Amino acid sequence: MVAVLFTITLIASAGVGAVNMITVEPIAAAKAAATQQALGEVLPAFEATVIEELTIDEMPIKVYTAKQGEEVVGYAVESMTKKGFSGVVKLMVGFLPDGTVNNVNVLQQAETPGLGTKMCDEGNPLLGSIQHQKLEEKKLVDGKLAVTKDGGDVDALTAATISSRAYVDAVNRAWMAMKSVATGSEPTDVASGATAVAENAEQTEPAAQEGGQNE
Amino acid sequence: MNKLQIALNGILKSNPVFVLVLGMCPTLGTTTSASNGMGMGLATMAVLIMSNLVISLIKNLIPDKVRIPAFIVVIASFVTIIQMLMEAFVPALYASLGVFIPLIVVNCIILGRAEAFASKNSPIDSIFDGIGIGLGFTLALTAIGAVREILGSGAIFGMSLGVADYMPLVFVLAPGGFLTLGYLMVLFNKLAKK
Repeated sequence: MVAVLFTITLIASAGVGAVNMITVEPIAAAKAAATQQALGEVLPAFEATVIEELTIDEMPIKVYTAKQGEEVVGYAVESMTKKGFSGVVKLMVGFLPDGTVNNVNVLQQAETPGLGTKMCDEGNPLLGSIQHQKLEEKKLVDGKLAVTKDGGDVDALTAATISSRAYVDAVNRAWMAMKSVATGSEPTDVASGATAVAENAEQTEPAAQEGGQNE
Repeated sequence: MNKLQIALNGILKSNPVFVLVLGMCPTLGTTTSASNGMGMGLATMAVLIMSNLVISLIKNLIPDKVRIPAFIVVIASFVTIIQMLMEAFVPALYASLGVFIPLIVVNCIILGRAEAFASKNSPIDSIFDGIGIGLGFTLALTAIGAVREILGSGAIFGMSLGVADYMPLVFVLAPGGFLTLGYLMVLFNKLAKK
């Protein structure tokens, strides 16, 4: 009895191991291709990138400094937030060297289809509010971007306030990371503002679900 | 029972979603669009066919007392293999189905068919049972997904019908899932009785 179960387990794990050996390279290649494609979409033409990994608010943030020869042509920041309506939202935000937002690409999200997923669409209001603009010149709340409902001037997606806040949160973190890499300083500046926004979001979340604010 | 009947049985008389009402978690969770529902159904079908075949082949070797752990090991291995293959070759679908792929392991349809069919029937019959039940599950999930996508986001298989702004969004949310499932279940059983 034990021997049979042991044999089955052994064969099964050998099978899983074999498939893992076959797929480990395609999986890595697929991920690398996805990253390269995202970089290409948010940055102007570049030859090579230098990766720096930071941790902001206990979340891993990657900053790709894109170079054409010796000249820096832009920064792409792989940023994330845990404030999505359902789970983590990951964004790739492309900045030009002068701090202008070039483009934003949503890498991963599990928002409500038809509502929060509009953040992935071309020309959605969130992207429209920040693309080709310098974030410093936006209306900031505690030094950070905010949606109109929170006193800022980023237009939120219709009926998806929580998803919009998550998007803005991830962009803020990307902005912080970009500034720290561009200037070589610690990413600490607006940390207190981050906690205030977090509390705010948590308070409004249940009300939003019940009151249909999200629909 | 001939092979075709076994397969048809899985689609109509013992349709896993509309008649047996098994596997409700992925049914409600992944059917926010027709293509997600279909992807989930096909992944489940692949696991079901392979696990049915293998369990039917080794059914005489397994002592009765360890039969459930042995089945689960076989099923879990196939799910892991499918998961790795999907991540390698269809990363977009893998990303959209996310957490539901590992959950195929605990989908009661698969263990249920292993226990109720594959452990009592020949390998060939078991494959046909896997195809039938798998197709029944896929068709049901695609139908629910299509209805929810049309009513909720005014699109079908990702193609917009241009009416998105007039549609009741509740259908892509959880309550719409239950509503759609209930009405389709009534409709299916009414038609199947005739």
